Amino acid sequence: MKKPLIGLVDYDMGNLRSVTKAMEFLGARTRWVESPGQLAGLNALVLPGVGAYARAMQNLRKQKLVGALQDWIIAGRLFLGICLGYQLLFTESEESQIPNETVRGLGIVPGKVVRFQRKKNLRVPHMGWNTVRFKKTAEERSGFEKKLFAGIKDNDYFYFVHSYYPENRAAHEVATLTNYHLDFASSIVRANLFASQFHPEKSSAGGMRLLKNFVSII
Amino acid sequence: MALAVRVIPCLDVKEGRVVKGTKFLNLKDAGDPVEVAIRYNKESADELVFLDITASWEKRKILLEVVRKTAEQVFIPLTVGGGVRALEDIRTLLRSGADKVSINTSAVKDPGFIARAARDFGSQCIVVAIDAKKSSNTRQGKSAWEVFIHGGRTATGLDAVAWASKMEELGAGEILLTSMDRDGTLSGYDTGLLKEISQACSIPVIASGGAGEKKDFYNAWKAGASACLAASLFHYQQLSIREVKKYLKNRKVPIRL
Repeated sequence: MKKPLIGLVDYDMGNLRSVTKAMEFLGARTRWVESPGQLAGLNALVLPGVGAYARAMQNLRKQKLVGALQDWIIAGRLFLGICLGYQLLFTESEESQIPNETVRGLGIVPGKVVRFQRKKNLRVPHMGWNTVRFKKTAEERSGFEKKLFAGIKDNDYFYFVHSYYPENRAAHEVATLTNYHLDFASSIVRANLFASQFHPEKSSAGGMRLLKNFVSII
Repeated sequence: MALAVRVIPCLDVKEGRVVKGTKFLNLKDAGDPVEVAIRYNKESADELVFLDITASWEKRKILLEVVRKTAEQVFIPLTVGGGVRALEDIRTLLRSGADKVSINTSAVKDPGFIARAARDFGSQCIVVAIDAKKSSNTRQGKSAWEVFIHGGRTATGLDAVAWASKMEELGAGEILLTSMDRDGTLSGYDTGLLKEISQACSIPVIASGGAGEKKDFYNAWKAGASACLAASLFHYQQLSIREVKKYLKNRKVPIRL
């Protein structure tokens, strides 16, 4: 069988290389996607990213990728979002340059992305390994979700680094919860889309298992 | 369940080899960095730190190659520091596969560099490394520590606690705090210093310098450290990362085994 071809959105938001290397390690071919024209022929699309929300949306808009990403996801094509690439799927974020204004995201999942509270004993960024708790039982999961989480146990550790999180943990798309002062949605599943606040590509064996499951769905 | 305290092995890299000395002197060879990184990942290291102590830029290309090779095989966060002077250095390191960069001397010479770095790459990848040494001065009647740069050779006159707060304000995402008095001595982290800095900051603080036995890690966590870094101890396999983690787990510290 031909090796699957995975596109990674290159919008100048952080280290594409680690996700690329992880995918190649798992036997996939990769292509960095800077414009909608480069989406042709891909088996799956990854939106990685670290950094500022407003700049990320600005770059996606400049590269004419906003509509293309929305179309890809709505068509139910295989999609992976990581960290900032996860947050961008929500309606909006309060991580804005302008006080009291929010930045609109891709609007795939309802909800606002907000900052962890400034309070004593709560270190921000939330940085390091934290546990991920399943919201659904194995029986309640969709076929896609079952394959995706094969071999992953409830409360396994994954690597996080972020100062903002999506406030809506009740959305039916929410697949896992993580506790850091409060419970927040640490990943979502929607049709053939998986997106997580944590970095599977930095989460050693557990993260690689998740990515391997994702690649094997192709 | 809670955020786990991280155990981080540090590799001092010189011209492509891991080396280790005592109090920044007497360097000894401790192996090939990529091989050491793979071994540490298997032992469940939570992150890796590479500190490049190569003097010349010509030879620093060797480090980029080491970072590249490591990132192809080891899938945990990798911080690289040593001689980071310009935004371009950060970009090059991140492109080579580093997840975070650690900045020390350049932050003191130009604090605005930290603000620019955080703006361009995000706070999450900017680690400010502070080499601190107990000073004969006091700070509001308590112990005080002075910041040193140039690998511990140059005193700056800066108070370490005030400096750490300033770095947080400017956009640092994490503080890598090394006690020069303890570095390489295996006599325990400087918990007094750790307490002061972790209380003054709301970003994570990594304890460094002096780890010699399992209980030192516990004491660092008690003193407020989010992560503990060690070099000598793990290189010469006096203690394995897993042994340290098991010990912490038994003492009810949140830990990833």
